[in-house]
Parts: sequence; C-alpha cells; structure tokens
Amino acid sequence: MVGKTKTDLTWQEIEIGGIVPTPGNAAEYKTGDWRSIRPVWDRNRCVKCGICYVFCPDAAIYEDDEGYFEADLFYCKGCGICAHECPTQAIAMVEEEE
Amino acid sequence: MGKRIGLEVSLSAAEAVKMANVDCIAAYPITPQTHIVEHLSELVNNGDLDAEFIPVESEHSAMSVCTGVAAVGARTFTCTSSQGLALMNEIVHIAASMRLPIVMILANRSMSAPISIWNDHTDVMSIRDCGWIQVFANNGQEVFDHVLFGYRVGESAQVLLPVMIHMDGFILTHVIEPVEFWEEEQVKEYLPDFKPIYALHPDRPVTMGGLGGPGIFSEVKVSQDEALIQSKGEILSAWKELGDVVGRHYHPIETYKIEDAETIFITQGSFGETVSLVVDELRDEGESVGLIMNRLWRPFPFEEFREATKGAKNLVVIDRAISFGGQGGPLAIELRSALYKEKNQPTFANFICGLASRDVTIADFKNIYRRAMEKVKENPREEDFEYYGVRGK
Repeated sequence: MVGKTKTDLTWQEIEIGGIVPTPGNAAEYKTGDWRSIRPVWDRNRCVKCGICYVFCPDAAIYEDDEGYFEADLFYCKGCGICAHECPTQAIAMVEEEE
Repeated sequence: MGKRIGLEVSLSAAEAVKMANVDCIAAYPITPQTHIVEHLSELVNNGDLDAEFIPVESEHSAMSVCTGVAAVGARTFTCTSSQGLALMNEIVHIAASMRLPIVMILANRSMSAPISIWNDHTDVMSIRDCGWIQVFANNGQEVFDHVLFGYRVGESAQVLLPVMIHMDGFILTHVIEPVEFWEEEQVKEYLPDFKPIYALHPDRPVTMGGLGGPGIFSEVKVSQDEALIQSKGEILSAWKELGDVVGRHYHPIETYKIEDAETIFITQGSFGETVSLVVDELRDEGESVGLIMNRLWRPFPFEEFREATKGAKNLVVIDRAISFGGQGGPLAIELRSALYKEKNQPTFANFICGLASRDVTIADFKNIYRRAMEKVKENPREEDFEYYGVRGK
C-alpha cells in the first residue's frame, strides 16, 4: 500500500516494484491531516447553491439532509477554494487549533 | 552446435534479439549503437521478426515505451549509448524500481564534452546505481549469449529486474567476429515465455509506480536492493544452464593464470582480451602475472574477488572511466571496498586509460605493469591513481 504514509509493512512484505495490487484504495488515504485551516459554513448566509460542492477539487464536500453543505474532514486539505468561490461569503476558513 | 558465422558484432547482437523473439523494440539511433537498431528495423520490416518496431523521437521515449511494454507483460528491447543514455536516465531508474525485465545493450561511449563518439565507460558509470543487473561483454559471442541470458534472468519470477549488457563502442560494435548462433531448439530449451506476476490489464487493475511517502519509501527501496543482491543466485544458475545448452561457461569474474600470480591485472570489457596476451608475454619474460576480467558489474561479485585475489601481492586495476574527484576509477574504488577488511591486502595500482577509444596496446600494458611495480614500492595512498598515456602527466 504505497500510498499510505503510515504503515507497519516491513520491506519483505512490499509487493514487487511497490505495486498496489488492489484497485480503489485511494479512498483509504487520509489527506485531512495536510490541513491547517478548515471551512466553516454560516447557514444564515448559505443559499444552498452548491457552488462549493462543484468547485471542491477533492470531492470532499457533501450535501446534508437539509440541503446545506459540509466538508468531509477526512479528505478536506483546507485549500480554501470553496470559501473563495462562495457567492454569499458563507464559508470562513478557520485555523486548526493544534 | 549452432552455426558459426562471421558477422559484425552489432548485427549478430540484433540477430540474438530476434532469436529471443521480442514483442517490441523501441530505440533511437545513436553512434556507435546505430547498426543494432538499423538491423532490427530491417528484420521487422522484412517480416523476419514478428515484433512492433517503434521509431521513437528520443531515448527518453524509447525507455518509456519499453517500460510500458514490459508493464503489460511483453518482451522488449532497446539499446543506446552515452548521451542517449543520459537522456533516458530518468526512466532507466524507473524501469528497475518497477521491476520490469527490459534488456538493453549499451554500446559504451564517452560522455561529452568535448563531443566524443568513441569508446570508454563513463556512460556506464553515470547509471551505475540505477538498480539494473549489469554485465560486461569481452567479445561478440558474449554479447550474443548475454542477450538470451538477459531475458532468461530478468524475466525469472525470482528476479524481475532489467538487464544491461555493456559492449565497447566501435571496438566491439563495429568489428566482424566469428559468432556461433544458437539453434532454435536451444533457445526454446533455455528461454521460457515471459510470465509476469503482475501486468497491466483492464480485467485485473493494479497500480504501478505509485506515490511512496517517507513512511514506506525506504522499505520499497530496500526490497529493490535485496532483489538485485538476491538475483545473483539466478544469474549463476542461468550461466550454468547456458553452459549446459551451448557449451560456453560464464562466471561473475573470469580468471586467467592467477593461481600462482604475484601480480594480477583487473579489467572490465574488451581490455580483457588484450591483457590476456600481455599476461602471456610477461610470463614468457619471467614475470609472475595473471588477469581477472570482471563480467558482473552489478550485483558486484565481492566474494569472488576476495577469493581470487587471496595470495596476490599486487593488483593492477585498469579503469576506462573517471570518477572526478574520487579515489581513482570506479572499478578500483569498488575493489578497494571489497578487500578493505581482508588480511594481507594486496597493494593497489590503479590506471585510467583508453578514454575515447585511445589505443592501449600490448606495449602500453607492459609499460603500465612496469610503472605499477615501481609504484607499489612507493606504498601509494588510495587516491594515488594515474592517468596512463596523457601528455604532460
């Protein structure tokens, strides 16, 4: 599983040529720990247009049951594109505490 | 026994590639490798070889194509020299890391500048640490045999590594030599079909050449290095089988009259055959000399060298490449490391010569021997190597 940065594999357990022999496991790769700022939505300003959802380069924004949008923090890298694109300035980028 | 044919070594090398029944050749012509590529393109064009010939726009593309072809599980060949190797450098490393059994002939040529189309080993040394199995050939027959050996070893499930065959540019590529071709049955017996463990296929998706961060990179590279070190077992058995099939016997190092020799010459590449004549002549003059020709450059035959040089008083190491600012030529550096912990270490005299095909004759090697005998009395330090035959030195 070459894509993982944290693993217990020894060199003997590495597949030949570092091949990843199973498909679809990029989803297991946590990119959320790259983040230093995260998006926070102000629902009073949000008009549910979905532009943040469309522009997110990591498909890390999902729509909840009420039609509002949230970031999946397992993947969100905190790039801020959603906040930049939001037409009503409903998204603030907030510093991660630790 | 196969037919013995007088043929230019480049053409016989291409005929060996044909006998290996490759699926794809991707190559860009560069002197002195050109005749190999030209002949292969003729063989494909005339229908003598059922393979895809891809006339790529650069050496970088040549090695990229070979990498892709090997990744789908097909047999592939390329060859280059010098600047061409430098241009493909990026992918040369990747082919080894991805464990793809490509076979490449390197027609050894100097690296520019000044521009030189002539022979030495500075191109070899630029990819010394690229992770390929690397063998040196002394003559045309050895080139022919090692093309088939290259696929046999590289494609073995225990190895899965690319193999590079070094042949001296012009000195070998452009001479006509008698070469014994293999019979079709001998090739069939020796070289099974390539059956990769992983191959790119839409029905069985895998990822090759993925990202490897700090948490996994070292483990991946150690597994690669172990694969190269462990490949030696398969290399030895492939040489053994080659001997059984065609009656020519190869070893990591080839020795000549070293049993009782006080002084041993050590060479790589086509110098070996010249120095074997020098050894005969010096012995006629009463000198106690022998010769070791190194065949296996990577993985380096440390144990064989330790064994073969036991009892020798002096080593005269002939390098055909410069390691700028280093302790002499690359072969000498390797040998000093190999013998560092040995008791009764022999003295070292290291000479760099034959750059850009400058002739080093039998008389020159005798001069080198005499100079070496003077030098060992001076108890030289590691970095005290000499350029032989350079004006002003």
